[in-house]
Amino acid sequence: MSLRRQNPQLDSEGRLRHFLSIEGLGRTILTEILDTAESFAGVGSQQVKKVPLLRGKTIVNLFFEASTRTRTTFELAAKRLSADVLNINIASSAAVKGESLLDMLHNLEAMQSDLFVVRHSESGAAHFIARHVAPHVSVINAGDGRHAHPTQAMLDMFTIRRHKGDFGQLRVAIVGDIMHSRVARSQIHALTTLGTAEVRVVAPATLLPTAVEQLGVHVFHDLAEGLRDCDVVIGLRLQRERMEGALLPSEEEFFERYGLTERALAHARPDAIVMHPGPINRGVEIDSAVADGPQAVILEQVTLGIAVRMAVMSMVLGRPPGAEQGETT
Amino acid sequence: MTTTTREIEQLACSEALDRLTDTLQQAIAQGRLEQPLMVGIHTGGLVVARELHRRLGLESPLGELDISFYRDDFTRIGLHPQVKPSRLPFELDDCHLILVDDVLHTGRTIRAAMNELFDYGRPARIHLAVLVERPGRQLPIEAQSVGLSLDLAKGQYVKLVIDDVAGLHLSVQERQ
Repeated sequence: MSLRRQNPQLDSEGRLRHFLSIEGLGRTILTEILDTAESFAGVGSQQVKKVPLLRGKTIVNLFFEASTRTRTTFELAAKRLSADVLNINIASSAAVKGESLLDMLHNLEAMQSDLFVVRHSESGAAHFIARHVAPHVSVINAGDGRHAHPTQAMLDMFTIRRHKGDFGQLRVAIVGDIMHSRVARSQIHALTTLGTAEVRVVAPATLLPTAVEQLGVHVFHDLAEGLRDCDVVIGLRLQRERMEGALLPSEEEFFERYGLTERALAHARPDAIVMHPGPINRGVEIDSAVADGPQAVILEQVTLGIAVRMAVMSMVLGRPPGAEQGETT
Repeated sequence: MTTTTREIEQLACSEALDRLTDTLQQAIAQGRLEQPLMVGIHTGGLVVARELHRRLGLESPLGELDISFYRDDFTRIGLHPQVKPSRLPFELDDCHLILVDDVLHTGRTIRAAMNELFDYGRPARIHLAVLVERPGRQLPIEAQSVGLSLDLAKGQYVKLVIDDVAGLHLSVQERQ
């Protein structure tokens, strides 16, 4: 059992084999992802928006939960790396005919797949799949339940680094439904691992997980106080579909107290950037004037997400089989 | 099994750089290269390109190419950990382009570089300029301008060494 203690995301030489959560990864690997993403960021502006890196690799997007932005940017990232991509929409697949998840995985492996990109409504689904795939197959978590959404967090870090540089100087506020947000969890881990000076969460007590302070964040229940002097403001989608019971009086009241409006944003630094993982609920967690305003970088996050996903895919698929050295001069 | 390398000779770069500059100047004077753009391949090629760009007094900005995403050995050795972004701050279509590298050996780097260049546009001409050429070509690729030809045996390598104090020099090494 002692073998299980090793981080399942890393191979025996400490390289990224699966990308399942930010938790457990060090600053070196996170920085390597950001640096690699930086070099992919230019591919989108080439005349031919493609590099041949993953030619001949087969990537399967396994989406058990609806997603447009994440699935399409993963698909685009794979295609820009010249991989072959298969999109499997589980609602319309054999899962509804009673085939077990593992049977389905083994069938996909039999089609010589190299990478599964998994989105699932159950926390831990990507880890489960990673434990059961063949040794040559990698798994990337594209969001599992309330647990983690590591590529979203890394694209957020990439956006922050491009605008603000050194994390050690930054004050970052994450506002809204922290409780149901896998994005927030991954962001908090990424921000603290990268050495962010201060990470704040701003939410009503009903939308905060218990003992959230233990993640290394400062908790604020008042929006104006929480945003004061922040360099980065991250809004989160109010996840009505994950809510059980009455956690909120009403959306109107939530907007009144926690909505990102121009008035609220005035408490942050004048050069603060406003981010949101999307899809945005205008008039619920963010006002249109802010979402479309000069401080918003929400659409840029989408563009940069492609480069980050290209970076993660090429890192997990680019592990050499041995320590062989090549000569290319 | 570990392999070690031993330096067997150090060579100065200045004459090779002079010769390379001369041949490029001739090509420009004779009209074989018209308003050329210059691109250096990371890392050694870029160092040589910066020097040539300055000596030739080219007005267009210098392009930088990192061929890591175009290498043919990705599945064997994986992604290079320090990939630099490629920067080509000009239109490549119909241009005359001087592609600069430090050492021409197998030709695989140049193949990868040309594949990458064509993803940015369609140059009218690519002129390959290398500081050093040596035997061992595995592809039908030759340089049009050469600073120095070294007749190295298999197992011998030449590297451009960038020393902040002493400047550039070439190190000939033997793998043991």
